[in-house]
Amino acid sequence: MSAPAAPGAASAEDLVTLTIDGEQVSVPKGTLIIRAAEMVGTIVPRFCDHPLLDPVGACRQCVVEVEGQPKPVMSCTVPVAEDMVVRTHLTSAMARRGQEGTLELLLVNHPLDCPMCDKGGECPLQDQALAHGANQSRFLDQKRKYEKPVAVSPQVLLDRERCVLCARCTRFSEQISGDPFIELFERGALEQVAIYEDEPYHSYFSGNTIQICPVGALTSTSYRFKARSFDVVTTPSVCDGCSAGCGQTVQSRRGEVQRQLARTNMDVNEAWNCDKGRFSFPHLTHAQRLTTPMERVDGELVPTTWSRALARVADAVRASQDVGPGRTALVSGGRLADEDAHVAARLARTVLGTDLVEHRTRFAPADEAPARAVLLARAGGAPGLTYADVEHAPVIVVAGLDPEEEVPVLHLRLRKAWRQHRARIVVVGPHLGTLDGIAWRRVATAPGAEPAALAALAYGDGEIAAALRGDGAPAVLVGERAGAGSLAAGTRLAEAVGGGVAFVPRRAGDAGGLAAGLAPGLLPGGRLLADAADRAEVEAAWGPLPAHLDGAAPVDGLRGILAAAADGAVDVLLLAGADLARDAQSAALAERALARVAGAGTVVVQDLALTETAARYADVVLPVTATQERDGARTDWEGRAQRFRRAVDAPELAQDDWEAFVQLAAVLGHRLYGSLDAIRAEQEQLGVRAAAHPLPEAASAGSTGAPSGDALLAVVRPLLLDGGTMLAGADDLRATARAATVGVSRADAARLGIVDGADVTVTGAGGATVTLPTAVLPDLVPGAVVLPRTSTEPPVTRLADEDGVVAVTLAPVAVPAEVGA
Amino acid sequence: MAATEVKVLSARYDVPGVDDLEVYEQHGGYAGLRRALEMQPAYIIEVVKASGLRGRGGAGFPTGLKWSFVAQGTGKPVYVVCNADEGEPGTFKDRPLMERDPHALVEGMIVAGLALNSEQGYIYLRGEFAHASRQLAKAIRQAYAAGYLGEDVMGSGKRYHLTLHRAAGAYICGEETALLDSLEGRRGQPRLRPPFPAVHGLYGCPTTVNNVESIAMVPLLLVNGAEWFQQWGTEKSPGTKLICISGEVRNPGNYEVAMGTPISELIELAGGMLDGRELKFFCPGGSSTPMLPASMADTPYTFEDIAGAGSLLGTGALMLFSDRTSVVSVVRRFTEFYEHESCGKCTPCREGGYWASQVLARIETGTGVMDDLDTLERICGSVAGRSFCALGDALTSPIMSSLQYFRDEYVEHIRKGVSPFGVAPQRDVPMLDPAAVAATARERASLSALLSAATSAAGDGSGA
Repeated sequence: MSAPAAPGAASAEDLVTLTIDGEQVSVPKGTLIIRAAEMVGTIVPRFCDHPLLDPVGACRQCVVEVEGQPKPVMSCTVPVAEDMVVRTHLTSAMARRGQEGTLELLLVNHPLDCPMCDKGGECPLQDQALAHGANQSRFLDQKRKYEKPVAVSPQVLLDRERCVLCARCTRFSEQISGDPFIELFERGALEQVAIYEDEPYHSYFSGNTIQICPVGALTSTSYRFKARSFDVVTTPSVCDGCSAGCGQTVQSRRGEVQRQLARTNMDVNEAWNCDKGRFSFPHLTHAQRLTTPMERVDGELVPTTWSRALARVADAVRASQDVGPGRTALVSGGRLADEDAHVAARLARTVLGTDLVEHRTRFAPADEAPARAVLLARAGGAPGLTYADVEHAPVIVVAGLDPEEEVPVLHLRLRKAWRQHRARIVVVGPHLGTLDGIAWRRVATAPGAEPAALAALAYGDGEIAAALRGDGAPAVLVGERAGAGSLAAGTRLAEAVGGGVAFVPRRAGDAGGLAAGLAPGLLPGGRLLADAADRAEVEAAWGPLPAHLDGAAPVDGLRGILAAAADGAVDVLLLAGADLARDAQSAALAERALARVAGAGTVVVQDLALTETAARYADVVLPVTATQERDGARTDWEGRAQRFRRAVDAPELAQDDWEAFVQLAAVLGHRLYGSLDAIRAEQEQLGVRAAAHPLPEAASAGSTGAPSGDALLAVVRPLLLDGGTMLAGADDLRATARAATVGVSRADAARLGIVDGADVTVTGAGGATVTLPTAVLPDLVPGAVVLPRTSTEPPVTRLADEDGVVAVTLAPVAVPAEVGA
Repeated sequence: MAATEVKVLSARYDVPGVDDLEVYEQHGGYAGLRRALEMQPAYIIEVVKASGLRGRGGAGFPTGLKWSFVAQGTGKPVYVVCNADEGEPGTFKDRPLMERDPHALVEGMIVAGLALNSEQGYIYLRGEFAHASRQLAKAIRQAYAAGYLGEDVMGSGKRYHLTLHRAAGAYICGEETALLDSLEGRRGQPRLRPPFPAVHGLYGCPTTVNNVESIAMVPLLLVNGAEWFQQWGTEKSPGTKLICISGEVRNPGNYEVAMGTPISELIELAGGMLDGRELKFFCPGGSSTPMLPASMADTPYTFEDIAGAGSLLGTGALMLFSDRTSVVSVVRRFTEFYEHESCGKCTPCREGGYWASQVLARIETGTGVMDDLDTLERICGSVAGRSFCALGDALTSPIMSSLQYFRDEYVEHIRKGVSPFGVAPQRDVPMLDPAAVAATARERASLSALLSAATSAAGDGSGA
């Protein structure tokens, strides 16, 4: 294909034309020969080359011949040049000989244990040996021998005999994830991948090293010897671990998931995923998994049938409606698919007749949902700020978000922006978290005081303001822990500097829940219940909304719902994937509410596992399907909706969440939807509001409340690997969890006489305590502590007061003078 | 006919106390620096270019040209790095210079710094050179005290600092980009080029890396002029050269001669072959340069003539072997050295060395098969020109050249099933040692400590 660029084409001068195997091709300047060859459909064999890693030129497999060059050229390290004439192994004897020679050398020390190797069947070395190698080896001598395998982490096993020393794993760890404690040691034929024992290889992204290993040197503990790549059924999917929206491949055999891999989606996760996404699937078959409906009879949960269970729920709903309208509540937990959330929203409003709905187990600031609804409508149903925007932003402002713990693949994009473009990352908030290695500047605020700092960021003559006003579109990322008004402030900041803004929730179903209107006062598509036009648009699809919903002031999210329940104003509490006893921001309020409803009304739990809430409070328990077991879609933090397909069968009696909702509606006399397609058609038809509502005015500050006396205000941050039910059974994965600590500022540590690493007792509301080792954080503002959300027993949610505020006192644990003292 | 020595760089070797600044100055020391301070930096480079001085570290690249490539005015600092990691087997020319006349190198480094507008130089010294290290450290200390080094070099207003870095002992770190990685505190492995060090070298800044002998010669060029240098040697290989004569000669050692002296005369200079021994073959420039048979001993010692003969002048390490020496044994030793020193980064060098040294060990100890010769050639064919750096090529040189000239001797080894030169000692490479297969470096370290403790205990026992 000859490509004399059109005159005036902007990129014409940046194109280089060359010939590969007689075929002319024009590629962007700087393209490596190996990539240019791919563009004409020729795959030059390679091991060390990876398009997302810096070239290293180590394996010497990708030999090509370049006219005028006496020596063979390594196509993975040499960029194209104008009029270059390249001959690959397809047309050059020199290249072919070179490749055969390297392949033979690579096999010198390779054990050739393919029949028992997990990589067999999907191994580049095996494939290339077959395609380009000789039938027989002339090697008669002794191969190097190593103990096999050795664990480089609880999840990753290393077989050094199989390793071809391509340095993909070490480069990934250094360049992509920034967890450099896996390196090449020794030299010559004894060169080997190894770890440094004093700083073990602990990475949230270690599974990627297994996936990109071009041989069977790195294998996973969970997949080892379980299946062959040619015996598994492969289904494309989307990860449900967080709001990142990573493409994922589910591989199953005889209906059981064997492993999950990152599926390349350059727009989202590139070729990576995190270990939680990759390794957390054992919860599907864990003993805690719900497989049958249950109902509480004489205080015990006993198996029942769907029809009995639904009839009991329907009876409770009818009884509640007899007492008065709006006395039922529906809370989802962030796991629901977009379609589920849509059905839940309609069920709640039109069948149950309630505005007591919520999709977040945290007590979000009142302005968060309306502000997100505005961004949703502004983006017009398309992604707003995207991963690519973040990657190319010259300045990235991050508030109330710790991406590595919450949305790990976003962290990788931030690192890429930092590493490749020296993007300036500005962290606004009480601490830096895991952005400490790549942040450019930090604007310290008290917990919850981010909005004022965000509002001020673009003004004045400081260096941050100057950077924000410089060339390129900055990106503003607001997370869940940013105080009330932060999203509006962040949006105004982005507007002021010509940048983009996004709210980055943690849970996978969060964006879909918001889009469905699963929050008090909201309707689907960024519409408001209080707006007559919005209501009319929704009524056109749903039929009339109950009159009592008209004009009622929305309650304050989950806190309002739980407060109403605790006060006896809720008879039926429907929980879909929400383990409120553990996960609600205030366990105290949640328990009071659950106890009240369980005592006087009906608590319904539909979930994957027998959660604490289900075990202690549920009157009816409904088993549902997991992501891998059903079709559906989820919207990531960008606003990108992605569908996933069923990979394995669910437990026989489990149904999709939306099916459970539809059936409950049917028992109550309402026919909602007959299929997933019907739901999707309605989502499509409703779309988002044509014009966005105005951004909510900044809420009055101080909603987080300053603690009194000696108390320290806690920033309660979730850790990626915690006590979550969807990590049940993934023991190797959980073995790599970061230790739960209480982060204390230097000043407070000094004042309280606490040393780094020492255990302290953390006492919160109502005298609840947890004991944790201290991490003295140089970047934490005085007066604040950092606590993990659900990594401890009891979870830190037990330390919260009924407003969800965690104000704590710290006391060093006295070291007993003698044992037993 | 024996050649005569021409002592230029080595002129001060026997001056008592020349390692002290005062004596060095009395013998013309720091005159080159004084001259350099009167010159524009670009002019210094012109003089070096005009002299035709070619790099003495092995590749023979013109030093002045190399300096002219160093990017100037980039806003980044420029670094001058002296490669004093003399590691090529058979080479021992830089070490005496640094031990005996350390100020010559210090002065050269300052002049190089002036020429390249550099404010910081590093001497990357082979770690084993303890005495050279002491001598250089003393010389640097004295040069600082005398104002030759520091914030204001001899009142010129120019700043130049010199740091001595003792390396950790790896042949690969003589490769200039591996050297730079090592100097930065990383594992010494060669870097991808381009970018070349002249643009993106130490800490990503423009850098030149030059051999000790090249740098030490520069002050003399400034004092005496480019034409003075050209009175010796040929047009393409002017000047004198420090050569290291080793092997089966009467007086092996370090000599300085005019370029162009025939190799046979160099042998005479070293007292001729040992009694009763005939020259069989020689490596003209160190173990990595292809060996040549005795019939080529009349080749003049210049870059171009030795290249014409099919080898390389290399570092100037002339290794001489007699008819009593098995070429197979020599090649095996060399190959084991390159196998041991391969950094492991690229497949051909790492695996090729591992394989070839096993094949050679078999041939030497009498378990070779005829196909092995073909195998050796094919291994070399897969390594030469395909490895990441020149170490892979170095590995193949002795094998390929010995097969070219002495194939019959290999055949004899294989046929007889024993070395005609006597039984060779067994291979002593810890390749299959249990210590070598331990999980990690740390385990290896502790295991080797245990093993050596066991060995020394055994030694004590037998001695008692």
